[in-house]
Amino acid sequence: MSTATTTAADTQDKVNYLNVSKGIKSWLFTLDHKRIGILYLFSVMAMFLFGGILALSIRLELLNPGADMMTADTYNQIFTLHGAIMIFLFIIPSVPAILGNFVLPIQIGAKDVAFPRLNLASWYVYIAGAGLAIYSIIAGSVDTGWTFYTPYSTQVGGAVISMVLAVFILGFSSIFTGINFIATIHRLRAPGMTWYKMPLFVWGLYATAIIQVLATPVLGITLVLLILERAFGIGIFDPAMGGDPVLFQHFFWFYSHPAVYIMILPGMGVISELISTFSHRKIFGYKAIAYSSVAIAFLSFGVWGHHMFVSGQSQYATLIFSFLTFLVAIPSGVKMFNWVSTMYKGSITFETPMLFTLTFFFTFAIGGLTGIFLGATATDVHLTDTYFIVAHFHYVMMGGTIMAFFGGLYYWWPKIWGRMYNEAWGRISALLVFLGFNLTFFPQFVAGTQGMPRRYFMYPDKYQMLNVVSTTGSWVLALGLVIMAVVLIYAMGWGPKAPKNPWGALTLEWKIDSPPPPHNFEETPKVTHGPYDHDKVKVKPEKVGVPA
Amino acid sequence: MDTTGTFWMPQGASSIAGEVDALFYFIFWASVFFFLLVVGLSIYFIIKYRRREGREEATSHVDYNLKLEVIWTAIPIILVVIVFFWGFNTYMKMQVVPRDAIEIKVTGRQWMWLFDYPNGSNSINELVVPVDQPVKLTMSSEDVIHSFYIPQFRIKQDVLPSRYTITWFEATNTGKYDLYCAEFCGKGHSEMLATVKVVSQDQYAAFLEGAGMEGGEGMSLEQVGKQVYTSRACNTCHSIDGSPNVGPTFKDAYGHEVELSDGSTITVDENYIRESILEPKAKVVKGFQSVMPTFQGLVSERQIDGVIAYLKSLSEVKEVEQSE
Amino acid sequence: MSHSAESPAFLQHHFSDAEQQRESAKLGMWVFLLTEILLFGGLFGFYVFYRAWNPDMFYNAHVHLDRLLGGTNTVVLIISSLTIALAIRSIQLNKKKQSMYFLVATILLAAVFLVIKYFEYSHKFHLGMLPGKYYTYTGIEGMNPHIFFSVYFSMTGLHGLHVIFGMLAIGWVVWRTKKDEFSSEYYTPVEMVGLYWHLVDIIWIFLFPLLYLIG
Repeated sequence: MSTATTTAADTQDKVNYLNVSKGIKSWLFTLDHKRIGILYLFSVMAMFLFGGILALSIRLELLNPGADMMTADTYNQIFTLHGAIMIFLFIIPSVPAILGNFVLPIQIGAKDVAFPRLNLASWYVYIAGAGLAIYSIIAGSVDTGWTFYTPYSTQVGGAVISMVLAVFILGFSSIFTGINFIATIHRLRAPGMTWYKMPLFVWGLYATAIIQVLATPVLGITLVLLILERAFGIGIFDPAMGGDPVLFQHFFWFYSHPAVYIMILPGMGVISELISTFSHRKIFGYKAIAYSSVAIAFLSFGVWGHHMFVSGQSQYATLIFSFLTFLVAIPSGVKMFNWVSTMYKGSITFETPMLFTLTFFFTFAIGGLTGIFLGATATDVHLTDTYFIVAHFHYVMMGGTIMAFFGGLYYWWPKIWGRMYNEAWGRISALLVFLGFNLTFFPQFVAGTQGMPRRYFMYPDKYQMLNVVSTTGSWVLALGLVIMAVVLIYAMGWGPKAPKNPWGALTLEWKIDSPPPPHNFEETPKVTHGPYDHDKVKVKPEKVGVPA
Repeated sequence: MDTTGTFWMPQGASSIAGEVDALFYFIFWASVFFFLLVVGLSIYFIIKYRRREGREEATSHVDYNLKLEVIWTAIPIILVVIVFFWGFNTYMKMQVVPRDAIEIKVTGRQWMWLFDYPNGSNSINELVVPVDQPVKLTMSSEDVIHSFYIPQFRIKQDVLPSRYTITWFEATNTGKYDLYCAEFCGKGHSEMLATVKVVSQDQYAAFLEGAGMEGGEGMSLEQVGKQVYTSRACNTCHSIDGSPNVGPTFKDAYGHEVELSDGSTITVDENYIRESILEPKAKVVKGFQSVMPTFQGLVSERQIDGVIAYLKSLSEVKEVEQSE
Repeated sequence: MSHSAESPAFLQHHFSDAEQQRESAKLGMWVFLLTEILLFGGLFGFYVFYRAWNPDMFYNAHVHLDRLLGGTNTVVLIISSLTIALAIRSIQLNKKKQSMYFLVATILLAAVFLVIKYFEYSHKFHLGMLPGKYYTYTGIEGMNPHIFFSVYFSMTGLHGLHVIFGMLAIGWVVWRTKKDEFSSEYYTPVEMVGLYWHLVDIIWIFLFPLLYLIG
């Protein structure tokens, strides 16, 4: 660690990964993991915007029980696209491809990921998949739901084949990232960076990568078979050709359940970073958190049938899946308790990333606990396929992963751009997102227990009040997100210059300049302490520089 | 909202609803406890340990406590195992059909529910059952996957095209209850609504006598047709106000010329209406998909006559010259 | 770490030494092969379920596969695995020309495999044994005989695609060998393509008995 103080102003004039080369070609052909992270940032957030507009349309239509602004077909297409875009084009890449790509190599003391060209290829594959998905929307759209259940998906018209092909292509983007991270974490750690000195964010990405490489290919072949069924009637899923539609559900959920852990594990990794940094305290239960990530990765493969308790599968299968589902909940609970304990005897501050962390505790707790209702077979019979499910998965995916993702964005933003965001407005955005999110989705639990099925374009009058509250919440949420976008975009171009370590954190990325130099480290870093040793190492948060 | 239920659950009306609700509330209160524990502790910690001047330096070195890890792993495991067994126990009761159950066949179809009773009667979109009597439902779909859901009975079961699935219930109170389709099945998914009508044993017997082939004695043909319009679910796809839906509107249909999908034109007369009810795919109006199912065996001659009369009442053309 | 005269051209800048680069490549390739196994796994699942549900139909249908051609293809692929292993051995001994010959031999053997498959496929098309709704052959007893051919064509078809990808990859390595990019010091891409090719071979070694032989 250098003893001379460098002001934030000094670092800005240095060569960094942003100014080292200019022009669009230097971006489109970059091999720098940081630039690739930025490429993903813009494309993924564009898809988030699109998916969000679709969500607002859904909620607008549901303001009244009858048909308001669109036909049933249009509504069905909109909820299908909202799901497919948010899952495949937003959440799955969000933390790994944006934050992971940028931060992971630096956190382990490496100059880049193991396979930079594969990394760039993964982004191009993502763009190809996104392009094909957008084409599908224009070319006839899809109304099957993001789950593509057969035989409806094999029989109905629309651009099902091209949309399914788009998802197939996107799967490769995910697989490439997974392969890259596994090789990087195993082989490129700096000397002294043992497994147990790695930040928990890295552990989270590692567990995620394991699932990515094992589960995604199974989705791939399922989608190929679905395309063949539609094109050639091969007879695997369509009963008219001798196939079994429930087999599709087994194949589909074998990937799609582990997929939700692909979504949450990186988010949990971010939370470990944030809670330690903003409590200015050593993380509680490092090994417990690390091991629980890996445990979740493996257990996640055994529970897919809990999506199918009423599908007609056997009672024995239901028994086993229910039991394993309860088991996979335990490591998540362990993490929560360890994170909360991290605040004990800490020195807590409330910057925006911490506000998102606290939001995460609130909303992910609800999301996880509502999973218990669904793991229990008797209650699941009543609740499955209702709005209770919609609320549950939004609480874990958005209340979990996305809150962590937003916290991570704010946290690493000064490192990425060398400029600080406006803290007051950041906090306002966090508050609005918290309020809007709960207002939108909590009423949906009640609608579900009261019997309102999901994917309903029109609904019986008695559910209207709950829907009105939910739609109002969606506007508050949207406002919070718009403010967040303005805060972050403004900071990119006009924010005050950021120092190396505005948070007083101890992981390796905070030892290098903001923005980082092109190869991260001038010399291979020496790892002398653990990533959370706030009890041993005294590091004060550095002051943000005056505006340029 | 149904005012006779609780904040969370609609009023239970089956023999199993109470048990399902008991489990629900156990999980609910346990969840509330753990939620308050996590959130409460968080709030307590962020207040007590917030950063203060003079307390900015190195913090606690406590980073591990094996006893705590064991406790907060073991207690949740015990709790979830309890919930697992309880849930499965109730679930098995929902799966095992009592021996004295009466059997009704359910057919799901885009976008209506057909019910066939033991004596050969049938009904559409209204399931009539006797109170305090186990009812076994054998179900299948004619097209895509649907799901049979009665919230107040707390039962749900997917209805598949390739095989039969089974569910059962015993209704404990007379009355009318909502029946929804709960598996997305296309355009009319949210309109695939039906009613479960729980009646006394005597009323059920009477229903079986007269059901399916309602002659509607004492009603005019037009009244019969108007009744059939809803009871046979024509309203799911055909409006009477002029707006197109899955199928053409009935308003001003009778007596007018329509273009068919093969380019030819035809006048909507008695024969065309009858043919469309019994062989709907024969002459489809241009611009509409050929998705109407046949009602052969589901409507009586009198009911067909009634529908024709009803359509006449919706059009300003009252008579069409019959040509051979 | 800056580039210096000791840093060889093949060493990418983010690796500290050649060994780290090689070990990373090997790990990456093995993980990729794992994803391929899972991809084919879905098709093996297709086979297993439908065979279990229609054992007689599967038996009646599978006798129409030509065991001689299938067996020949198995031998062809095994030899091609040998030739590519020999290509790696050659470059380890710095014998570039010999390595190129073995690589080209591998491609030729792969081409033989595809030609034989072409004959098998066209014979089936001729008889009307096509996947799914195009199936017209009437000589097989049992429910839904087209399902066997759906399984057959999707498994061998996906495998055949991988053979083609493999040929392209080996061709690329041939080109790079010609340009003198490999030596006993650095031949990782050859080794990696070799690993991929062995997987393609192994998958066929499972496909052949499951489809052609099991009675």
